[in-house]
Amino acid sequence: MNENISFTLNDKAVSVNTDGERPLLWVLRTDLGLTGTKYGCGKALCGACTVIMDGMAIRSCVIPVSSVKGKTILTIEGLAKNGKLHPIQEAFAKHDALQCGFCTPGMILNAYSLLLSNPEPSRQDIIDGMEYNLCRCGAHTRIIRAIEEAAQEMKGAR
Amino acid sequence: MNEDKLQVAESDRDESLYPVSRRDFLKGLGGGIVILFAAGDPSATGQGRRGERPDFNAYLRIGEDGRVTCFAGKVELGQGPMTSLAQTLADELDVSLYSVDMVMADTARCPFDAGTWGSTTTPQFGPILRAAGAEAREVLIGLAAVRLKVPKDRLAVEDGVVFDKTQTSRKVTYAELTKGKKITRKLQTAPTIKTVGQYNLIGKPINRLDAADKVTGRAKYAGDIRLDGMVYAKVLRPPSHGAKIKSFDASAVDGQDGFEVVRDGELVAVLHKYPDMAEKALSKLKVEYDIPEPRFDDKTVFDYHMKNAGNGRVNGKPAGNLDTGERLSKTVVEETYLNGYVAHAPMEPHTAVAHFEGNKVTVWASTQTPFGLQRQLISDLGMPAENVHVIAPFVGGGFGGKINFDQAIQVVKIAKIAKKPVQLAWSRADEFFYDTHRPAAAVKIKSGVDASGKIVLWDYGIYGMGGRGAGLFYDIPHNRVTIYQRHHLLKTGPWRAPDNNTNSFARESHIDLMAARAGIDPLDFRLRNIKDEKFQRVLKAGADKFGWTAANKSPSGRGYGMACGFDVGVPVVLFAEVKVDERTGAIQVKRVVCAQDLGLVINPEGVALQTEGCITMGMGYALTEEVHFTGGKVHDENFDTYQLPIFSWVPEIEMVLIEADHDPSRGAGEPAIICMGGVLINAVYDATGARLTQIPMTRERVRRALAQRA
Repeated sequence: MNENISFTLNDKAVSVNTDGERPLLWVLRTDLGLTGTKYGCGKALCGACTVIMDGMAIRSCVIPVSSVKGKTILTIEGLAKNGKLHPIQEAFAKHDALQCGFCTPGMILNAYSLLLSNPEPSRQDIIDGMEYNLCRCGAHTRIIRAIEEAAQEMKGAR
Repeated sequence: MNEDKLQVAESDRDESLYPVSRRDFLKGLGGGIVILFAAGDPSATGQGRRGERPDFNAYLRIGEDGRVTCFAGKVELGQGPMTSLAQTLADELDVSLYSVDMVMADTARCPFDAGTWGSTTTPQFGPILRAAGAEAREVLIGLAAVRLKVPKDRLAVEDGVVFDKTQTSRKVTYAELTKGKKITRKLQTAPTIKTVGQYNLIGKPINRLDAADKVTGRAKYAGDIRLDGMVYAKVLRPPSHGAKIKSFDASAVDGQDGFEVVRDGELVAVLHKYPDMAEKALSKLKVEYDIPEPRFDDKTVFDYHMKNAGNGRVNGKPAGNLDTGERLSKTVVEETYLNGYVAHAPMEPHTAVAHFEGNKVTVWASTQTPFGLQRQLISDLGMPAENVHVIAPFVGGGFGGKINFDQAIQVVKIAKIAKKPVQLAWSRADEFFYDTHRPAAAVKIKSGVDASGKIVLWDYGIYGMGGRGAGLFYDIPHNRVTIYQRHHLLKTGPWRAPDNNTNSFARESHIDLMAARAGIDPLDFRLRNIKDEKFQRVLKAGADKFGWTAANKSPSGRGYGMACGFDVGVPVVLFAEVKVDERTGAIQVKRVVCAQDLGLVINPEGVALQTEGCITMGMGYALTEEVHFTGGKVHDENFDTYQLPIFSWVPEIEMVLIEADHDPSRGAGEPAIICMGGVLINAVYDATGARLTQIPMTRERVRRALAQRA
């Protein structure tokens, strides 16, 4: 059943008319044309589709789009502001915390959520918080380092 | 306009073999200086059979704005060629790294390339690129000498500016020199390239040039292509390999609001403007299959291979006489090693888009082989080369699995029938099913050690795979390697350092076993039995970094292991420390040290990334990754049953690069992974005394081996 679904996406009000059971991932990627959010598994097992809903990381491949009504969604496209990269993006680039880049948007947004809830994470906190985001290329140690540095950077900016 | 066209002998060229002619490439390039170059000897690189290679397979251009563009058929899969090739070229040309644009893996814009695999980009393509850069620099210096009225030997270049060394204010930029020019040169003889000590960029750690696109979501992969009128296809995955459709009823889906069903033989797909809707509709198709009787499964595959081995063929050059070797042996050690199927499991499943326009087709595909795909399509569709255009945009990991381009063949068939642009992305379950898995294999070894600790016998049999990595770098006077018949029900293909992971795991397990039986420290045993000086250097450097010391007993309880290997010309040694939870069978890898000799290192940062990637990915096949199946039915469909390495597994990783700047460059994407099975199995033995002979070392297998300890 099609319905009107309105929410805030990357600071802009958007509205889609579609079947509310459809996964948010595909509404973002097709209806809304934001391809930065990736499909990796379709079962919330890999984290490539991670986006932020009201400050929390969610796996958009299993979230029905009807459940984001009235919510605020942030995707990788909305993270840099006025052409300036977010400190987490900066740190990922600086530490080469990526190879093929396919898991990267999900990694960055999961880290964003982690740092919102825990601005001064220990190394173990980062490992625990990132544990179920998969990277096949093996950039893990660099991702941890990048998040540590971003946390420092963001702390300085606060 | 200044025309300096180079005459090239075209007589031995069969134009029909070349998808796109030289003229097509050069057409529309505009002004500036163009250097054509051929990358390496195809017989040495495996890049195409004799007679199939065009006379050039990459080119670079220095535009009238001074910007440098390098056109290369290589694919950026994450392994970093976009950065390292730009770095190589910029150094030789003496320009800023950031003035180089890379155009890659586009059959209409880049000359033929056989594929991105086998660690060939850096060792084979890199040197030719350097030569082309040097040639272009020579041309530019020639032009500058005329323009500045200064002899060439008084000129130097920095950051794209040519200047008189005796009067630096007398200068001219590359952009000024190329303005209004149209010069084409084909690299004929090797120009003088820079040598050690002259490099500005080579050897320096350089951050990835694709990072900004990848951290912002701007990087476009095949699945990010959007075309007017494009629909999404989802394929109906058969229940088993070898299955044949018995009955077919698509009436519940075909023609229903916005849905279309396409069938071409065994290929069945649902099309819809939303991929999720197409996927959901697959379950409404009523299709019955005939499924072949399973001959074996993931547990019995090894026995099946050993019982149906045939006579085998001897691989490489055997030496001495095995009977003599056995007579000389004081201790004879026999063992069989098993390693299951593994999936490539790139984070981006195979994806492709096909767009027919008039008599032309354009295909965007996540593939390691854009030109191979183009050739296949030319043949399948009966279309001329110039009408088949393949582009591999950013590819989300390959590891050998995207040499296979079945998804693109499927989408082209579907788009041809549907008569509209179609995108097909395999689901994760499709990916596990259609993947060309690393073959399961057994290795049987019978070896002997004499009274002095010398290995004198090596009889090595391979069941289920090939011989890469089975060649001996140990000095064993009586040896033979035999490869027996393969029987596979799943699709198999190259997986990061094909064969070598299994061969190195088997060999290095066995070397440790022999060392233990002979009562010799594993490092000492290897040093005694490997003469090669380079290898000795790598062994000693790695041992030193790790802090290896001989234990007074074996197993020592420290959880130390080591393993050596040789791949794509690189001697590599890994040392590891593990901790084993004897109650659960869980293995925690604490630390891994990797020593390797890669020759001249272009980008140490890239090498570090690749090596860390090898070590991390290698933990997967050593500890958990194994495809479960019965006959042609694949049981693993997602990451719940197929466990990839995760953050908490990642050990402390340290690296030693042997300084060898005067030696040719070698690729770093494969060597380090080959030792991961062996180093961890040996470390588990040292920790617990349990000698496993099968990987992955699942918790269950570890517990079983602990229970069977002598």
